[in-house]
Amino acid sequence: MIHKLIIFSVAAMMIFTCSTDEKASTQEPSSFANNTPKGQASVVDNVSAKNILQVAVGSKDHTTLVAAVQAAEIEHILVNAGPITVFAPNNAAFAALPDGTVENLLKPENKAMLVDILTRHAAPGTYDVKQLKKEAKKKRKVYTATGDYFDVVVKGDDIYVAGAKILATIATSNGIINVVDKVILPAK
Amino acid sequence: MKKINKTAFLLLAISLIVGLTSCVQDKSQKGALAGSTAEKVFVAPGEYDDYYAFLSGGFSGQLAVHGLPSGRLFKVIPVFSVDGEKAYGFNEETKPMLETSYGSIPWDDSHHPDLSQTNGEIDGRWCFINANNTPRIARISLKTFETVEIIEIPNSAGNHSSSFVTENTEYVVAGTRFSIPVPQKDMSIDEYKGNFKGALSFIKVDPDDGIMSIEFQILMPGFNYDLSHPGRGKSHGWMFFSTYNTEEANSLLEVNASQNDKDFIAAINWKKAEEYIKAGKFKTVPTKYAHNVYDESTHSATSTMEKTVRILDPAALPGLVYFMPTPKSPHGCDVDPTGEYIVGSGKLAAALTVHSFSKMIKAIEEKNFDGEAYGIPILSFDATLAGTVQQPGLGPLHTEFDGKGNAYTTFFISSEIVKWKLGTWEVLDRKPTYYSVGHLMIPGGNSRKPFGKYVLAMNKITKDRYISTGPEVCQSAQLYDISGDKMELLLDFPTIGEPHYAAGCPTELIHPYTQKIYKLEDNKHPYVTKSEHEAKVVRDGNNVHIYMTMIRSHFAPDNIEGVQTGDRVYFHVTNLEQDYDVPHGISIIGAKTSELLIMPGQTETFVWEPKNIGVWPFYCTDFCSALHQEMQGYVRVSPKGSDVPLKWSLDGEDL
Repeated sequence: MIHKLIIFSVAAMMIFTCSTDEKASTQEPSSFANNTPKGQASVVDNVSAKNILQVAVGSKDHTTLVAAVQAAEIEHILVNAGPITVFAPNNAAFAALPDGTVENLLKPENKAMLVDILTRHAAPGTYDVKQLKKEAKKKRKVYTATGDYFDVVVKGDDIYVAGAKILATIATSNGIINVVDKVILPAK
Repeated sequence: MKKINKTAFLLLAISLIVGLTSCVQDKSQKGALAGSTAEKVFVAPGEYDDYYAFLSGGFSGQLAVHGLPSGRLFKVIPVFSVDGEKAYGFNEETKPMLETSYGSIPWDDSHHPDLSQTNGEIDGRWCFINANNTPRIARISLKTFETVEIIEIPNSAGNHSSSFVTENTEYVVAGTRFSIPVPQKDMSIDEYKGNFKGALSFIKVDPDDGIMSIEFQILMPGFNYDLSHPGRGKSHGWMFFSTYNTEEANSLLEVNASQNDKDFIAAINWKKAEEYIKAGKFKTVPTKYAHNVYDESTHSATSTMEKTVRILDPAALPGLVYFMPTPKSPHGCDVDPTGEYIVGSGKLAAALTVHSFSKMIKAIEEKNFDGEAYGIPILSFDATLAGTVQQPGLGPLHTEFDGKGNAYTTFFISSEIVKWKLGTWEVLDRKPTYYSVGHLMIPGGNSRKPFGKYVLAMNKITKDRYISTGPEVCQSAQLYDISGDKMELLLDFPTIGEPHYAAGCPTELIHPYTQKIYKLEDNKHPYVTKSEHEAKVVRDGNNVHIYMTMIRSHFAPDNIEGVQTGDRVYFHVTNLEQDYDVPHGISIIGAKTSELLIMPGQTETFVWEPKNIGVWPFYCTDFCSALHQEMQGYVRVSPKGSDVPLKWSLDGEDL
C-alpha cells in the first residue's frame, strides 16, 4: 500500500514538475473567415463616420443579414479599409428564399456556403448610384469578392445589379451599402 | 490505515512542494532575462504600455514617443527639423513653423521635454521642448501629437536651461547657456567679462489654448545657465537655475570654467518679477523674434515677427534673484516633490549638494549674505545647505524622485544610477548603466506626484550593447524597476539620437483623449475641397491651383491637362475620409519636395514646378486600401504658351 502511494506521489511530482503553461494550438489553419477575436470589428471608435458593419447593425431592415454575417464570422471584412461596396439584401429578400434556406445556411456545418453567399454580395470599390449608372452606360461589370461579374442595368429610374433592384444607397466610412431586394445566389 | 493515510498525505504534500519548486528552478535556470525580468517589460500583442515616455531627439531636433515598460517607439514628432515622412517643413502649411529671425531653419538640437501641469501634477495637455542652437521653445499638442507652436527666444544663445514648466503651467522657462552681448554688437571677445549677459526668459502660457508669449526676461550676469527647475508646493513661485562658468571665461572653458570652488544656483522669485512688471519696473527693448502658430482649423501655420521684449534688471530690483553657492559647475538643479529640497549636481564635485528652501527663505530674511555678484546677493553657503550626499559617485548630472522619499541621481563618469535618501543623505543602492548615463526620467519626476515604478536612463555611449551598425552605433536607453529596495535593470532599447532628456506620465492621462480624425465640416483651410464636385483646377498667371480630393481609392480629378512648363503648380489636397487611421499620401515625379501625408479631414499643399513637357504620374504614397495601387493620376504638361485648354476629369467625365 505504501509502495503504491509512493509511486503515486512520485507520479504526481512528475506531473507537477513537467506541466507547463503552454497550451499547444490545435486549431486548423484559419481562413479569412476565422478571424477571432473580431479583428478590426472590435475597435471602439465614436468619432469616425460609421462603417458598413456599424450601419448594417443599426438597420432594422437588415437583421437577417447581420445575423448571417455574425454566423459566418466575417465582421472584420465589413470594417476593413476596403473600399467595399456591399449589395445588402433586406429582411424581405431573405424571407423570399425557399422555406428553410436561411435556417439551413445558419447551421455551423454550412458556414463555408454562407461565407460564399455573403461575400458574393461584396465588391471591392466604391459603387454609389452615380458610379453604377456609369457602369451601366459604359457596359462595365462589377467584380465581386467571389470572382463573379455582375451586370448593371438601368431601367427608368431603377438600377439592377445581377437582377437585384437597388432600393437605397448609403455612403459609409469604408464604402457603399446598396440595399437590394434579392439575395444574389450563385449562377448555376 | 490512519497512519498510512497520514504518510500518504505527507508524501503528496512533499511531492507537490518539490514539484512546484522544481518548476520555479527550471525557469530561473533560463537566466534572469528569460524569466521574470522579461515578463516585467513584456506587453502582449494588442495590450498597452502603462506609461508614455517623451524622449527628446537631441541633435535630430525631434521628439520621440515611446511606451514603458516595453520601450516600443510609437512616433517621432517633428519639431525643429524637417521631416519628409510627414511633410513637416516641406508642405506649404508647416513651412512657417520653422521661420526664425534668421530666416527658415531646417534643423535644431532639441533637449528637454517637459509636460504641462495643473496643481503640480501632470495634466496631459501639452509637451514643451527647447531648441538649443537657434533658441526656441515648441509646444506639442498631446491630443494630436503635432507641433502646434514655436516661439523664438531673443537675447539668448544655446537655449539650454529650458523648457521647464511651473506647477500650473503659468510659465515655461528658457535660460541661455551662452552669455552674449545684449543687444548684439560688434565687440572684442576679450571684453566678455562684465559685458556679456545671460537672459532668462519667462514665457507665459495661456491656460485655455496654450498660446505662448514672452512675459519678461531677466538679464543676468554673463555666466553659463545650465538647467532649471520650478519650485513646487511651498516653493511655488520660485525658479532655480544652475550656473557654471561664473569665472566668465570666453576660451578653453574645460579648464577656465572649472577654476572656482563654487558656482551658483540662481533662485528667481518670479512672483516678485510679476509685481515688478505690474509696477512698470521693466525696460521695453527692441529685438526680433518669430512666433509661429499652427491653427488646427485651417491646418496651416502662420509666422509673426515680434519686435520688443520686456527686460528686468536684477541688480536694480531687490528680492528678485539670489545666488546659492554650489560646488562645482552644477548641472542638474532638481526640486523634490515637496518643494523643500533643491539638489545641485556639481558635475565636477565630490559630493552632491542639497539646499533647503526653508533655510533659503530664512537666510534671505536674515540677510545672511556672503557678498554679492553684479548687485545680486550671494547667500551664505552654510545657511542654505540641507545636507550633502558624500562619495555618491563621479560626475553627477541629474536627480529625480520616486515620491517615497528617495532620490535617483545619474553619474556620467562612473556610469551609474545612485539611489539615496532625502533627509539622511545616505546612499541606498547603485546600479551601473551601459554606458555613461546623462539624464534619467521617472514618470512625473518633475512634479509633485512622481509615479515611482520605473526609472529610465538615457545613455551617451552605447559601444557594444547591440549588433553593430558601423562607426555610428545606435542611441540607447535603459529601464530599471525601482519599485523594490534595490534597482533592477529590466531592458535596453534603442532610441532616436540623441535621447537627451525625457518626460513621462501614465497612459490614461493622454491615451483616451487623443484625436482620431479631423472633422471635414470644421476644415477651414483656404484651399479645402469638401466634395468631389467641388474639385477644380484654376489658373492664375503662372500659378495653377489644383483643388483635389482623395478617398479610397482615387483622386479627383485624376487626369489634368493644360499645365505648362514654367508653371508653379499647387496641389491642394483634401483627404475626404472620415475614418480613423485612413491617411493618404501624394507625390508627383520630379517634385522637389516631400510627399504629403494627409490625415482624414485634413488639407495640405505641395508645389510642383514642371520643367519638361510630357505626361507625368502622381500616386498615393501611403498604403491606404485594397485598391491603393490603383490610386494614381496623370498631369499633362505642354510647352509654355501652348493652347491646350485647362481641363480636369475623373473616369472620363467632368466632376
